[in-house]
Amino acid sequence: MKSEEFARRKEHLCGWDAEITSYRIGETYYCHVDNVSPGATVSRAEGKTREEAENEAIAKAKERLAQTRKVAR
Amino acid sequence: MSQYAHPDALVSTSWVADNAGKPGAVVVEVDVDLKAYDEGHVPGAIAWNWTTQLCDTVLRDIIPKAKLEKLLGDSGVSPSTTVVLYGDNNNWFAAWAFWQLKIYGHKDVRIMNGGRKKWLEEGREVSKDRPVPQAVVYTASAPDLSIRSFLPDVQKAMQSKSAAMVDVRSPGEFTGEILSPPGLPETCQRGGHIPGARSIPWGKACNEDGTFKSFDELKKLYEGEGVRGDKPVIAYCRIGERSSHTWYVLKYLLGYKDVRNYDGSWTEWGNLVGAPIETGPAK
Repeated sequence: MKSEEFARRKEHLCGWDAEITSYRIGETYYCHVDNVSPGATVSRAEGKTREEAENEAIAKAKERLAQTRKVAR
Repeated sequence: MSQYAHPDALVSTSWVADNAGKPGAVVVEVDVDLKAYDEGHVPGAIAWNWTTQLCDTVLRDIIPKAKLEKLLGDSGVSPSTTVVLYGDNNNWFAAWAFWQLKIYGHKDVRIMNGGRKKWLEEGREVSKDRPVPQAVVYTASAPDLSIRSFLPDVQKAMQSKSAAMVDVRSPGEFTGEILSPPGLPETCQRGGHIPGARSIPWGKACNEDGTFKSFDELKKLYEGEGVRGDKPVIAYCRIGERSSHTWYVLKYLLGYKDVRNYDGSWTEWGNLVGAPIETGPAK
């Protein structure tokens, strides 16, 4: 098996820069969403299609990113 | 890679493709958990779970010597084995494992440049098999704490300005705008940084593909912030894994003599009653 159809792109999710990475291994598509700064993985998901994996990972990432609060000064 | 101070501590994805599975080398994927490993990994690689296998979550400490000896022994690692580490998040957790193996004196440890990200992006072979190593007996050295900083060391260094303090977190964490990386749980009471620290986010040491920047680029980056290796350096982040990545860069790629990872990091300092902090950009 190889990692195939590897793709990554940047998007703005809930006010934060995020990097969405997806690829296929065997018959399964995998996706993970990282915050761009500092680069930590926020969510992971898998699916039968790229769209399914990305939609689930992005939905989970949005839920988590939305909870990040900025400290008022 | 030949320009680095210790080029033997870094291997390329091609090297791993050629050498994984050969006698004398053990390849380990080190991640915060095993989810990424289970998707598919370097053929022949075993997995270490950072959260449960490389941290003592009761003491909040690195694992004790006996536990490390069991982990390495069960992994088929003997003192002469070449251990090649890689992982996701640009090798953050692999760098933590590297640091911990050096604390316990393992000689031949290497990082796969670019980590899991580069391996997958290059479309290399992956496997879902979980190898079962032949266990051996491993005897580690007594811990070398010259590469680790504890709170009193950091307090003393801050007061005396005897060490260069490098905060490798994101700019938002450094200034105090946010208390944790976006999307991750807050684990401290206050935002900001240790007084006198320079802000050099870990990612500045890497290229877009996850590989390390060249020796000259790294030298320029750190020297530009006054971190020249002419005095001890203490690197910290939030929980010590990102700073182990910077510790590796400073010690093994740039060759600075006295570099320490403060793994207590911001979750210790930021929660201390009465500890001074600074907010906003570096002064």
